[in-house]
Amino acid sequence: MTNEFVLEAINREFPESVLHHSEPYGMLTLEIKKEDIKKVIHHLKISSLEFSFLTDICGVHHPENKEKELCVVYHLQNMKENIRLRLKAFTTRENSEFETLTDLFAGANWMERETFDFYGIKFKGHPDLRVILNSPDLGYHPMLKEYRLEDGTRTDKDDKMFGR
Amino acid sequence: MKDNALSNIINQYEAEEQIDGQLYTLNLGPTHPATHGIFENVLTMDGERILHSEQTVGYIHRAFEKISERRNFAQITTLTDRMNYCSAPINNFGWHMTVEKLIGCEVPKRVDYMRVIMMELARIGDHMICNGVTAMDAGAITGLTWLFRERETIYEMYEQICGARMTTNMGRIGGFERDFSPKFHELIQNFLKNFPKIWSQFCTLNERNRIFMDRTINAGSISAERALSYGFTGPNLRATGVDYDVRVANPYSSYNDFDFIIPIGTSGDTYDRFMVRQQEVWESLKIIEQAYKNLPEGDFHADIPKFYLPEKADVYNKMEALIYHFKIVMGETEVPKGEVYHAVEGGNGELGFYLVSDGGRSPYRLHFRRPCFIYYQAYPEMIKGAMISDAIVTMCSMNVIAGELDA
Repeated sequence: MTNEFVLEAINREFPESVLHHSEPYGMLTLEIKKEDIKKVIHHLKISSLEFSFLTDICGVHHPENKEKELCVVYHLQNMKENIRLRLKAFTTRENSEFETLTDLFAGANWMERETFDFYGIKFKGHPDLRVILNSPDLGYHPMLKEYRLEDGTRTDKDDKMFGR
Repeated sequence: MKDNALSNIINQYEAEEQIDGQLYTLNLGPTHPATHGIFENVLTMDGERILHSEQTVGYIHRAFEKISERRNFAQITTLTDRMNYCSAPINNFGWHMTVEKLIGCEVPKRVDYMRVIMMELARIGDHMICNGVTAMDAGAITGLTWLFRERETIYEMYEQICGARMTTNMGRIGGFERDFSPKFHELIQNFLKNFPKIWSQFCTLNERNRIFMDRTINAGSISAERALSYGFTGPNLRATGVDYDVRVANPYSSYNDFDFIIPIGTSGDTYDRFMVRQQEVWESLKIIEQAYKNLPEGDFHADIPKFYLPEKADVYNKMEALIYHFKIVMGETEVPKGEVYHAVEGGNGELGFYLVSDGGRSPYRLHFRRPCFIYYQAYPEMIKGAMISDAIVTMCSMNVIAGELDA
């Protein structure tokens, strides 16, 4: 099974859903419409493509692009054919609710909680969407780019030269 | 193990019916001598049976992913050793290989082999601790104290490479900071000579020990299907019978040069996890022997002056070296834009690095796929209906490392 084969199979099944495709460092990367992401992953899991192992879910924040501000990245794997696939779905900050994958993969539970904890991305239908690594009373989602690493109230340190 | 009476109680509990007798809540952790780290488990118990359990993680969350968005690539190595601190060199090299993949750097064969030797030593150290502690929690403390002497030898070898013992910060992007020293050669030759004897003593102590077998067989078992659904990797997945190993599936660092097998179990219980690790130590030893015997001649680092710090003497005498030294230390080297996922077989599963680079001095986004964060969520399912003592050995044999869990 090759990347071209997978791309063609997905394009055939969901001609409308794939917005963009590329192959950075050999891994097929597809940008999928946010509404269709669960449909696509479900198909990938049950069809003969057999992407039945969810490696990872994580979020990325692009504050400069308001239309595509938040991104959820899914890494899937077909263990038999030994091929990996990366799916991305972008959303705006206001409308950041994805469908949960917990009914497809039991392991998605904590991965989605972590994504929610770090980026505030909600997952519709998640059985227990609470923050996981940070303290529950933190009150914000610290991986968003507007939160600086250092305490924002500090004035004694000027970090213009180092770091972002 | 789950008899009818018990499944009735669990069904009643799940239907929120009144259960005869009294249920009580027990806090196992956050700090408990048997959990070996900070794990909070709130157990709902009926007698000594666990009906329900809830885990809270994040007690030692140190925001590595956020910190790494401000550090340059070389400085992130020190964050990675604080994840799975039982096998820190694997994390270090995994990160270095991710950066090398991003910048398109080919390392010399000698570096690959040196890395393989160090990674397999780390794996032996990791499995030794995990299995020693599993045996200890089942009541056999002798094995662990034996193994600590051997772990000391492994740490002495780390010292020869990088000067540190536990949080190693070993290697550099592109290779190693120095070659194997004569003392290291002496240590590893002694290790290869003496370790098999010590390890077979540990094997005979536990593997067919009736008490140990009774304690661990059928304790905390999980099917292959559920394990895959939960995202298990590493020895825990192999104990259920799935022969997935990143070293074989996606060979990195010349692992395809070596001859070794992937041990697998059948039932995914504590005993199988223990036995898979026992066998993996023998396989790791085989790999080290092959790599050490065939250690190629050559340079111990790649020729990438933009990333690899020059010799200190050159910095004082050569302009080029001074420029690169300054640029590296100030984090001014240019990296390509792009995104890369690189996975290595860590001590307890597939350790993945998802790196998004925007060409800046630090990663735009770095996500660690931490194996035990992902498989620890199966723990409540694995101990449901079990005794407390089963829950303890199950947790040990899963090899959940608090530092990696909370990142």
